[in-house]
Amino acid sequence: MTRVITAEPSPTTTRGRPRGPRNIGVAFAAWAAAVLFFFPVFWMFLTGFKLESQASTDPPTFFFAPTLDQYQAILSRDFTPYLLNSLSASLVSTLLVVVLGTPAAYALSIASIPRWRDSLFFFISTRMMPPVAIILPLYIITNNLGLLDNVTMLAVVYTAMNLPIGVWVIRSFLLELPYEVLEAARVDGASPLREMRSVIVPMIAPGLAATALICFIFAWNEFFFAVSLTATQAATVPVFLVGFITSEGLFWARLSAASTMAAVPVILAGWIAQKWLVRGLSFGAVK
Amino acid sequence: MAVEAPPAPPARQVRPHRTGLTAGDRWRRRTPLMPALVLVVALTQIPLLLTLYYSTRSRNLLRPESGEFVGLANYGKVLGDPLFRNAVFNTVVLTASVVLLSMALGIVLATLVDKRFLGRGIVRTLLITPFLVMPTAAALLWKTSIYDPVYGLLNWVLSPFGVDNVEWVSQYPMISIIMVLIWQWTPFMMLIVLAGLQSQSPEILEAAKMDGASELATFGYITLPHLRQFIELGILLGTIFIVHMIDPIFMITQGGPGQATTNLPYFIYQQAFRAFDVGEAAAAGVIVVIGTIVIATFALRVISNLFREGASR
Repeated sequence: MTRVITAEPSPTTTRGRPRGPRNIGVAFAAWAAAVLFFFPVFWMFLTGFKLESQASTDPPTFFFAPTLDQYQAILSRDFTPYLLNSLSASLVSTLLVVVLGTPAAYALSIASIPRWRDSLFFFISTRMMPPVAIILPLYIITNNLGLLDNVTMLAVVYTAMNLPIGVWVIRSFLLELPYEVLEAARVDGASPLREMRSVIVPMIAPGLAATALICFIFAWNEFFFAVSLTATQAATVPVFLVGFITSEGLFWARLSAASTMAAVPVILAGWIAQKWLVRGLSFGAVK
Repeated sequence: MAVEAPPAPPARQVRPHRTGLTAGDRWRRRTPLMPALVLVVALTQIPLLLTLYYSTRSRNLLRPESGEFVGLANYGKVLGDPLFRNAVFNTVVLTASVVLLSMALGIVLATLVDKRFLGRGIVRTLLITPFLVMPTAAALLWKTSIYDPVYGLLNWVLSPFGVDNVEWVSQYPMISIIMVLIWQWTPFMMLIVLAGLQSQSPEILEAAKMDGASELATFGYITLPHLRQFIELGILLGTIFIVHMIDPIFMITQGGPGQATTNLPYFIYQQAFRAFDVGEAAAAGVIVVIGTIVIATFALRVISNLFREGASR
C-alpha cells in the first residue's frame, strides 16, 4: 500500500491544516486522550516505587519518596528464573520464526510454488483458531512426550503460534522488492539459495527486524499456553504474576513493581516497532 | 481449521511455474516451505483432529477406563447445558461491546492523531501503550489499583459525582472486564484506522476542498467509504481475538461471580482442567472453531482485498 506522492500536499490539505484555534482544540483533545489512556500504565510504574503503606491509601498518594524496596524484594523472591524462561521462550521462538518463515514466505511469493494460495490461507487460518480448542490434546501430547513444564516445548509452541504472522508479514516485505533486482540476480545465474542469502535477505533486513519485534511481543505476553503447559521449572513471567496474586495479592506496590518489570520489555519493543506494528497486527495487509 | 480460500492476494510470478515439471522438481521447489508447514501442522492440526476425535468419546481424565464412542452425544450435552448457553451469551455481549466501542473510540482517536499538532508523535506513542502492556499485568493493575472499592482510582475519580465504595468487580463484573479490554483494544483499532486515513490520496482531498466541499461532507463522502475496509478489518480481527480472550477473565473474575463473566474459552478451560470432562470440552471447542471459521472467512476476504488494492496502487 505504498502511496505514490506526485506532489507535496499543499499546506491547506486536511493533514497540513494551518495552525489556528482549531488546531489547538485538536491538540488539546488528543493530549487529553493520551494522558487518560497512558495514566494506568504510569500509575503502575509509580506504585512500584512506593512503600506498601503508600500504595493503598484513600485518597491515592501522588507525592512520596521513591524507594527500590519492592524491586529488591521481587528479585530476591526468585523472579529471575521466570524472567529467563520468558526470555528464552520468546527469543528462541522469534529466531525460529524468522529462520523458518523467510524461506516459506519466499516459496509463497517470489518462487510462487504450485498451490501457494492454499498454503498461505492455511497459515493464517491456524492463527485464527481459538487456542482453547486445541489446548487439551496439546497438553496430553506434551505430557506423553514428557515435555510438560519444558521451556523448549514452549518455544516450539510459540514458534507455531507466530509463524503464520511471520510468513504473512515477511511475504508482504518480499512483495515490495523491485522486480528488476530479482531478475538481475537470476540473469547472473544465482541459485535460489544464493539469491536468498546475498540479495533478498539483506534487502528485507529491516522487514525481518520488524517481524522479529512483533513476534517477540506476542510470545512475551502469551499467557494461556504458558499457564497450561508449564508448572514450576518452565513457568514464564505471566505465570509468575498469577502465582503472585494468590500469594501476595494484597501487596500492591510489590505487585506493581513485578508488573512493571514484566511489561517494560514489550512496551519498549513496541515503541521501537510502532511503525510496523499495524502491519504485523493485520498480517501484512495494512501498512 | 480449514477455511475456504477466498480470492487471494497477488503473487508476483518472478519464476512462473513451467508446465511439465517432474514430481521431484515440484517437491524441490516446495522445500523452503516444508519446515514451517510441517511445524504448524504438527502443533495445530494434529491437536485439532484429536479434539474432533475426543468430542465423540465419553472421556473423563478422572475415570481412566472411560473413552467409549458416543457419537454426537457430547454435542447434545453441551448444547443442552445452560452453562454453555450462558457462556455463549456472555461471549457475544463481551465481544460485541468491546469491539464496537473500541472501534468507535479508535476512529475518534485516529482522526485526531491524523491531524498535525505539537507532540503528535508522543501522543501516538502514549496511545498505543495499553495494547503493549502484558495482558496479565494489565488485568492485575485494574483489579487492584483501579477497581478496588476503598483504595481504587476509579471510585476516587468518580467520588465528586457521588459514586462511593462501588465494588466494581463483584457488582459490575462484566462492565469491569469490558472496560479493561476497551482500554487495551482501542489502540489496535486506532492504528488500523489511522493507516487507512493516511493511505488516502491527498489529491482527492485537495480536489474536494477546491470544489468547496465542507469538511463534514468530505469525511462522509470520501474518507468514510475509503475507511470502510479498514474498519471492517479492525472489527473482524478484533472479534477473532476477543472471542478467544481468556487472560482478564482468568485474572480478574475467574468467570464469576457465579457464571456472570464465564465466556466460551473460560467455560472450555474449566470443563477440561477443572472437571476433566474431555469429551464435553472437546465438543464445545469444536463448536467454537466452527463459529470462528465463519468470522475468519469474512476476515480473510477483507485481507485479500486490501492486499490486492495495495498491489494495484
